[in-house]
Amino acid sequence: MPIIIPTLDFAALIPILAIITTGLVVLLLDIYVEDKAVLGYVSLIGLLATAIACFGLLTQTVAPTFQNMLVSDGYSLVLDLIFVVTATLSIMIALSYLPARDMQSGEYYALLLFATSGMMLMGAATDLIVVFLGLEIMSIALYVLAAFNRRQLGSGEAGLKYFVLGAFASAFFLYGVALTYGATGSTNLQTIAMWFSANPAYAHNPIAMVGLALLLIGFAFKIAAVPFQWWTPDVYHGAPTSVTAFMSVGAKAAGFAALVRLLLVSFGAIPDWRWVISWLAVLTMTGGNIVALAQKDVKRMLAYSSIAHAGYILVGVVPGTPDGVKGILFYLMSYAFMNIGAFAVIALLEQRDQIGSSIESYMGLSSRKPLLALMMLFFMFSLTGIPPFIGFWGKWYVFWAAVKGGASWLAIVGMINSVISAFYYLSVVVQMYMRSPTEPSELEFAPLSLPVTLTIALAGAVTLLLGLWPTPLIKLTALGIFG
Amino acid sequence: MTQLIWLVIALPIFGMLFNGILGRRVGYKVVSIVGPTMVFLAFLVGFGAFIETIRRGGVAVTVHLWTWATIGNMFSVPINLLVDPLSILMVLVVTGVGFLIHVYATDYMIHRDELGHVHPDRDFSRFFTFLNLFIASMLILVLGDNYLMMYVGWELVGLCSYLLIGFWYDRPEQAQAPIDLGADHEPIKLTPLLSPAASGMKAFIVNRIGDVGFALGVFLIWQTFGTLQFDKIFPFAKFVSENSPSAIPWITFLLFIGAMGKSAQIPLYVWLPDAMAGPTPVSALIHAATMVTAGVYMIVRSNALYALSPTVSLFIATIGALTALFAATIALVQVDLKRILAYSTVSQLGYMFMAVGVGAYTSGMFHLTTHAFFKALLFLGAGSVMHALHDVIDIRRMGGLRDKMPDTYRTFVIGGLALAGFPLMSGFFSKDEILAKAFEFSPILWGIGIITAGLTAFYTFRAIFLAFHGQPRDQHLYDHAHENHLAITIPLWILAILAMFGGLLGLPSAIIPVPHLFDKWLHSIFMAHGEVEAHASLLKELVLLSTSGIVAIGGIGLAYFFYVVSPTIPQNLARQARPLFNLLANKYYIDELYHEVFVKSGLGFAKNMAQGVDRLIIDAVFVDGLPKLVNSLGQMLSHLQSGYIRHYALATFIGVLVMVSYFFLR
Repeated sequence: MPIIIPTLDFAALIPILAIITTGLVVLLLDIYVEDKAVLGYVSLIGLLATAIACFGLLTQTVAPTFQNMLVSDGYSLVLDLIFVVTATLSIMIALSYLPARDMQSGEYYALLLFATSGMMLMGAATDLIVVFLGLEIMSIALYVLAAFNRRQLGSGEAGLKYFVLGAFASAFFLYGVALTYGATGSTNLQTIAMWFSANPAYAHNPIAMVGLALLLIGFAFKIAAVPFQWWTPDVYHGAPTSVTAFMSVGAKAAGFAALVRLLLVSFGAIPDWRWVISWLAVLTMTGGNIVALAQKDVKRMLAYSSIAHAGYILVGVVPGTPDGVKGILFYLMSYAFMNIGAFAVIALLEQRDQIGSSIESYMGLSSRKPLLALMMLFFMFSLTGIPPFIGFWGKWYVFWAAVKGGASWLAIVGMINSVISAFYYLSVVVQMYMRSPTEPSELEFAPLSLPVTLTIALAGAVTLLLGLWPTPLIKLTALGIFG
Repeated sequence: MTQLIWLVIALPIFGMLFNGILGRRVGYKVVSIVGPTMVFLAFLVGFGAFIETIRRGGVAVTVHLWTWATIGNMFSVPINLLVDPLSILMVLVVTGVGFLIHVYATDYMIHRDELGHVHPDRDFSRFFTFLNLFIASMLILVLGDNYLMMYVGWELVGLCSYLLIGFWYDRPEQAQAPIDLGADHEPIKLTPLLSPAASGMKAFIVNRIGDVGFALGVFLIWQTFGTLQFDKIFPFAKFVSENSPSAIPWITFLLFIGAMGKSAQIPLYVWLPDAMAGPTPVSALIHAATMVTAGVYMIVRSNALYALSPTVSLFIATIGALTALFAATIALVQVDLKRILAYSTVSQLGYMFMAVGVGAYTSGMFHLTTHAFFKALLFLGAGSVMHALHDVIDIRRMGGLRDKMPDTYRTFVIGGLALAGFPLMSGFFSKDEILAKAFEFSPILWGIGIITAGLTAFYTFRAIFLAFHGQPRDQHLYDHAHENHLAITIPLWILAILAMFGGLLGLPSAIIPVPHLFDKWLHSIFMAHGEVEAHASLLKELVLLSTSGIVAIGGIGLAYFFYVVSPTIPQNLARQARPLFNLLANKYYIDELYHEVFVKSGLGFAKNMAQGVDRLIIDAVFVDGLPKLVNSLGQMLSHLQSGYIRHYALATFIGVLVMVSYFFLR
């Protein structure tokens, strides 16, 4: 029996290794360094190095390696960049947010980096086992992060809820992996696809189909699709704002990363899921939006609206075309900037010892902090999808892909939903610009500190500039193809 | 100048940034110089481009700025500005009238107390920020050479409109005094006027409904033609309509839904009268002269598509005619001066849609232009009265103001004559042209139009006689009334001159042997397709023209008789036809109907959701209660978010069951 020596092309692992190394360095330094902010800056340097590595690798595709376990293709690298952007912006928020709440510590940064490495693994995985590995690395780190504010009940509650319901999701996912393996004899994405094309008669094999259903449920949890979104508002609301910003974008992007690859590579020939994903999209967009309308708290409103955004992205999944995939990547990247930007504003305005921030605290913000209000206006407009902000192009791209892929009705539902979303996003703008400020003595702001201000400025600038000239991002996401 | 046309957009944007960022610091005087100056400079650039366009003989020039986005190899949106006779005409109207209104607003937005001290509005600089932004947005709308830019402008002007209607967000709703019908008759109660904040919301919601239609139309254009560029769409329209006959009617219909919202046509007109809660310069600029005509512009721009869908065109003409008549009847009995003008705007927009619906695109544009002059004039005149009377706008409390405010009175009468279609005024020629074209198409449309013309003359002069003639009804107000400053009266007079002589741009060539300047000017945008040429005979034209003239004079005369000669007649008439009067005074109860239908359908909402999106859109037309309804639904759903993991687990489990059984059972 010949011994097959597996190819071990470490090039494919560079981004992930870079992140993990940074995380370990942060943990080690934590012992020696007194000023924990240094650890945050070390993490930022590590992320920068990772980004450079990703750009360097973008031009060359690495074939599936480590026994077809993972791949470094355009798709995974563009996703890596999205995760890097997400982590960078979140760490910058944390650098201001944590010390203001006496939560500054080294583990925070290390956990955040480990979660990021899990996300990257999900983007690069070509085997369900590796997807699961990434999912768990990410999730466990996130459970801890959600509960990071030990002194606050809400944060602990968030962590626990996330953990219990997340364990649910993992269980469904694993069971789905098992059934899929039972039906097709493999956990490798390519091999599953080959099995289906070799055995067309078994395309509707109930075991395989139920396996697919359970896999979808696992992902639906992670991306917070209705009706599996229950954990989202409580967790997003209770977790520290810097964590919410991170997971509302990162965990979602990671879920989509693996979901899209799984559906398009393994189940591309079986169209059954299109219908299910379509309805998930409709429910998610509509459900998230309608409930967001009723919120009086901006942080909670953004939590629900992030559900709706998952719905828009699902619209891009339905056609199952390369255009759809590029649209999803574009959307995720733009969402990273505008959503984290919005959370950064919340983090800045949030009052000490009070969870979230009620919409009243935004009254008359334009006269007290005009530039901050302007940036928040950018984020709100962009999240609504009003041109010329980047969010407009994200929506346009996924809806366009849906229309082109023969799902025009979904695009229409999406457009109507954007109309609905205008009400709650604009209500923040109205509060900022059209109302008089409440008594200044009632509000005590955390002092403006440099990192979070920079985050807001950066995210705001990108939201506007890439909206006026989205070509660079379009070109980047156009590289996002499966290897 | 043509290559510099981007400046007409950049200048107001600069003004917006300056006023928005520095406005509070530099004080109101600097703001009131910067705001209008930027629009004036934009006007000069536009005028330069206009001269060059004349020299070129109307040839269109596309100015490429940058490529906005390229998605895949199929879809690309360049930022191009299209300079052609149509867009230049709109640029001149928007910046010209816009400039006059900016100047007017510099005085309107400040108040002088008894001692002559000046108190600028507390948000003076914000007002000019929004006003500049509006000018820039409107210019994006008219100068874009593709539907996406048009859409962007379309959304932005809607946003400005919303922000400016709700400008005085903390003013409450205003009760209206009931209409007195004499001693022993019960007075007719009137609903209170919505607060500015609520009016803004209403405008926003109704417009969003139209915008969805518009967006879908743009989407469908892209799907059909593979591009959004005007110059790549229109030449192929004929080809497309031969190959897929249903595409173009759908596109034109969806775009028209957008126009219904933006230009306040039945059934989406309800927001415009309430939009009068905004400051009067806003009503004049946005809700009379420019933004509300965007729908007409859009159809004229897309004439190559509309000419190919006769059914939709007929539909547009019908909606236009009905709106014209419907709104005019409501205007007959309103007591709020600005609302009379608002209904009149809805009605005149109806005329314009009637024109473009019967294929008389130039006539529509002609009326759009003259209407911009005289309606802006009338609104500014109404604002001048309001300013003098400390925001009183109820014509029942005015009277005899002509001695106190001679400039406002004279210019208002000129505007009124133009609106009424008094012979030789601008409105006379433009309205008559529409009526003549409508007559060629169908005498029924003409009939509706001529009745509306009579009503228009009547209600316009009813307002004039009640406000400016007779005895003062509120002595206190009368004593304090005074003519306004030059910043207000000069724009009034300039607009009055335009309202008087604007008709010279389009004299009926069948009667007077001079070229119809408007036809000639806009000729090139129709050349490829050929507009319906009216070959009216001299006799017919003369008969129609004199009929219009007689109707207008008759309407004015009747108003004179009713409100000056024997002022008891209206009250008697109202008593005798009380139900009808009541119906009109309450605007046919349409607002209440929308409200009622919607609240009642609240229970059926879930059912509607299940029955599909189409149903939802139809129901969403009844928008008054929409936010409330959705809000309560949202709250209901939030209750499901109990916070207990066991509840979440149960709900999740149900979802799992549904999903697994779907896959299992198929």
